[in-house]
Amino acid sequence: MGKKTCNVKINGTNCQAEEGINLVEACLQQGIIIPTLCYLKDLNESGACSVCLVEVKGAKTLLRACVTKVRDGMEIYTDTERIRRARKVVVELILANHPKDCLGCEKNQNCDLQRIAYELGIENIRYPKTRQKDFSIDNSSPSIIRDPNKCILCGRCIEVCSKIQEVNAIDFIKRGHAMQVSTFFDGGLGNSECTNCGQCVLVCPTGALAENNSIGEVWRVLDDKEQIVIVQTAPAIRAAIGEAFGFNTGVPTTGKLAASLRRLGFSKIFDTQFAADLTIIEEGSEFLTRLKNNDKIPTITSCSPGWIKFGETFFPGILDNISTCKSPQQMFGAIAKTYYAQKMNIDPRKIKIISVMPCTAKKFEALRPEINSAFSFWKDKLALSKKEYFPDVDYVLTTRELIRMIKEAGIDYANLADEGFDDPLGVSTGAATIFGASGGVMEAALRSAYFYLTGTELKDIELNAVRGLSGIKEASLEIAGKKIKVAVAHGLGNARKLMQQVARGESPYHFIEIMACPGGCIGGGGQPLPVNDEIRKLRIKALYQEDRSLAYRRSHQNPAVIKLYSEFLKKPNGHLSHKLLHTHYHKRQPVKI
Amino acid sequence: MEASNNIRSDKEIKDLVEKWKGVEGNLIMILHTIQDEYGYIPRHVSFELQKLLDIPLARIYEVITFYNYFKLEPPGKHKISLCMGTACYLKGGVDILGELKSILHIEPGQTTKDGLFTIELVRCLGCCGLSPVMMIDGKIYGKLSQEKIPEILTHYIEAES
Repeated sequence: MGKKTCNVKINGTNCQAEEGINLVEACLQQGIIIPTLCYLKDLNESGACSVCLVEVKGAKTLLRACVTKVRDGMEIYTDTERIRRARKVVVELILANHPKDCLGCEKNQNCDLQRIAYELGIENIRYPKTRQKDFSIDNSSPSIIRDPNKCILCGRCIEVCSKIQEVNAIDFIKRGHAMQVSTFFDGGLGNSECTNCGQCVLVCPTGALAENNSIGEVWRVLDDKEQIVIVQTAPAIRAAIGEAFGFNTGVPTTGKLAASLRRLGFSKIFDTQFAADLTIIEEGSEFLTRLKNNDKIPTITSCSPGWIKFGETFFPGILDNISTCKSPQQMFGAIAKTYYAQKMNIDPRKIKIISVMPCTAKKFEALRPEINSAFSFWKDKLALSKKEYFPDVDYVLTTRELIRMIKEAGIDYANLADEGFDDPLGVSTGAATIFGASGGVMEAALRSAYFYLTGTELKDIELNAVRGLSGIKEASLEIAGKKIKVAVAHGLGNARKLMQQVARGESPYHFIEIMACPGGCIGGGGQPLPVNDEIRKLRIKALYQEDRSLAYRRSHQNPAVIKLYSEFLKKPNGHLSHKLLHTHYHKRQPVKI
Repeated sequence: MEASNNIRSDKEIKDLVEKWKGVEGNLIMILHTIQDEYGYIPRHVSFELQKLLDIPLARIYEVITFYNYFKLEPPGKHKISLCMGTACYLKGGVDILGELKSILHIEPGQTTKDGLFTIELVRCLGCCGLSPVMMIDGKIYGKLSQEKIPEILTHYIEAES
């Protein structure tokens, strides 16, 4: 049954709109953008901010477009003097309690409130501040800083956290002037169920939510000439960073990324993709062993630290099913500070590893005590004291932080000549590139698993069934006479559905890929703003395009990884691999009691 | 500082939840029962309710903090209800509050460290003729002045020792 169409008049022009859609959408279809601060299509339609006021003929008052549905015969005005005045009042009232220190704000120039205030021509705020006491800033999380003073109570973060991610770490508390978004007993994000995924940061219309910034620390190590500062960048960075420098969304700028990192002064420009290939070898072998023994099936991927904390918090019973492989970021850190240090004869204490990640949760991951292994590797060999302890990954920058550093350094990113990554930890395959898209790890794993099981290469290596933005994707592949059933979920709400099946012992799958963020890493909480499905699709396209352009598209073909095994690790899942590349998980209380 | 003898066991909380199972808005009804019984919502009860009702902790905290009625701290032994209704306000209720705050070192809604007093602000106790007025555990003290406060409080403190 088709949806009924209504005849409406918008600003005097007759047009049609589908019955039941809200006025923000109806106007957008006619090319009119209604300013909104709280509205998120299909997710947050609460009318909380009241900026989207429109005039509807016959209505006594102005109406909020996001909570008003189209009706037949409606006459809507979006641009009258009355509306302009009212919207100004609304935004001024919001600004009355909002800090005015935009200059140093993380969201400066990416802030919806700042943009709308400018667009409405607000110069003075005619209303006094009504909040008597400032709220304290929540810096309990290594990933995300929350400043409730900048919060305008739009509710977007709460909706993303509860409906998309189904984590429910935050909610409104108290009322009136004391109202704010907070965690259980105001314990702070760092002591809550928060998975550090950063999806809340992506939707926040102000600077109330931002990453816990590490730029200062990274400048300091770059300035220290005693240090050998190595950088690794995740696959998803190349697909998105160009957006901040005038490139169209979906244009990969891998060569310029490498060149800009070299200009920033990093000693070696390496690639997390090298470690992604390594992950496939380790995880693939682990999976095939489990499959043979019919043990811990389904195996679940472990690359996404937001997902890992989610699993530890909400599904402690299935932790054995999660691959023990560290994420590529951590495998990279461990290998760089052991194999590479040894090979190049560098004192591992002098190496600093900086990761550039599309992810806020990676900051948390790098601090997990059990994930660090390079120090133990060297402890006896170099007679290191406890005081000399160093982590595998020293600092994690989000894509947004790297963008700021490139701009601060005055590097003309758009006009840089393309450069490559350094050998050997900058060598990678197309299989690693697609890690950044939901379904990519699965596809990369199957490309190699097929080879390991049959001894021949999979011909049609593009597995369209696991690509794209559907929440849960499934596929089956016949390998060496065995039907392998796989599933891919992105967004933790979708992950929850698959994990409930696993917890009940009813999962029909052999292998499951989970990414915490919708779309996978390209839509990570540390990526350039804005992020929406259109942008996710274009960034995903950029990665698949890169994959097709590469000489090697299967992880087991990576010559640098092959060399790593022959020179150092000896064999996948061997003794040294277990020490350096594998980890373990532990049950977590939702909130620290 | 939760007095363990008057806290419901997990089993009792389970029975309480069972009673309200499937009823819309049951969280509020359950919280009311808990509040009535202990005078506040003990933190551990939230953990139990989260498990039994499958309601996120942040959501439970939202409901508790939205309603003035629910308290997060155990109430003091003596509840001081200070009237801030129109008459009492005009006749110096604010000064009385200032005196209480300076003696007890707490804000309205808080409990003294020794657990003896809680201050609560109320709107009209129905005896405006006696304004400014406060009530301690149901006993009315009228025609107050700052000077009278120390003596009244001393009476309760001395009764303890």
